[in-house]
Amino acid sequence: MSISALVFYFFEFIAAGSAVALIFVRNVFYGALLLIACLLALAAIYVLAFAEFIAVTQILVYAGGILVLILFGIMLTTKISGKPLMVEHQYIFSGVTIGIAFLSLLIYFFSQELSFVTHASQQRVVANVNSIGLAIMTDFVLPFEIAGILLLIALIGAAVTASTAKSTNT
Amino acid sequence: MFPITHYLFLGALLFCSGLVVVIIKKNMILVLLGIELMLNASNLNLVAFNQLYPNSIQGQIFALFVIVVAVCEAAVGLAIVISVYKYFQTPVPDEISELKE
Repeated sequence: MSISALVFYFFEFIAAGSAVALIFVRNVFYGALLLIACLLALAAIYVLAFAEFIAVTQILVYAGGILVLILFGIMLTTKISGKPLMVEHQYIFSGVTIGIAFLSLLIYFFSQELSFVTHASQQRVVANVNSIGLAIMTDFVLPFEIAGILLLIALIGAAVTASTAKSTNT
Repeated sequence: MFPITHYLFLGALLFCSGLVVVIIKKNMILVLLGIELMLNASNLNLVAFNQLYPNSIQGQIFALFVIVVAVCEAAVGLAIVISVYKYFQTPVPDEISELKE
């Protein structure tokens, strides 16, 4: 087993383990940290899948943005009482049954002979940051602009929704 | 290049974990974390399938846009969670069955 395969399966194990541990965790704060561990392991897997730009974006966006946002959300929705917030579980039997059934269905289909994999070429992906930038500015310029507008609308909407000020013009 | 089924198995496990988290947790923030997990499972599949076509990067571009939409969803979702918590004083999703008391 080569060193890259060792690293790949190590990060896959971390991602899978923290995702499964998120089911059992009862503390919201630990849940957020487990999610961040899972997403950072996914970023490492993206690097090994020749998607460096996606990996860097994942680290910047999730570790820098989403984690801070989630921690603010946790602190704003828990009463200051000194003891950690414990979360109850509900619908345990039906939820776990649905999860296991869907997982076994997906694994059954992926274990079959996948027709699109067998004739796939095995050469390396040549995509890099340069070609991604060129593609965004040429072929995907309209989705890029729409994504910018979507981010602006989400920013304004989140600020207005979470604000405490009453609207004056009724 | 690793076998693509290993990526697919990990993606399936992440998606099902997110689904179970969304169903069984009695806290709105943990439900949002489960949704993030499901979005990242789809992202992993996009990046993995992009490896099969070395001369195109549509999969990676699409993964980028999925990340952008996930960020918007998290921001607006957390804002809604905070304002709903301030109004109803409970973080349990099942107790919020009406838009207005």
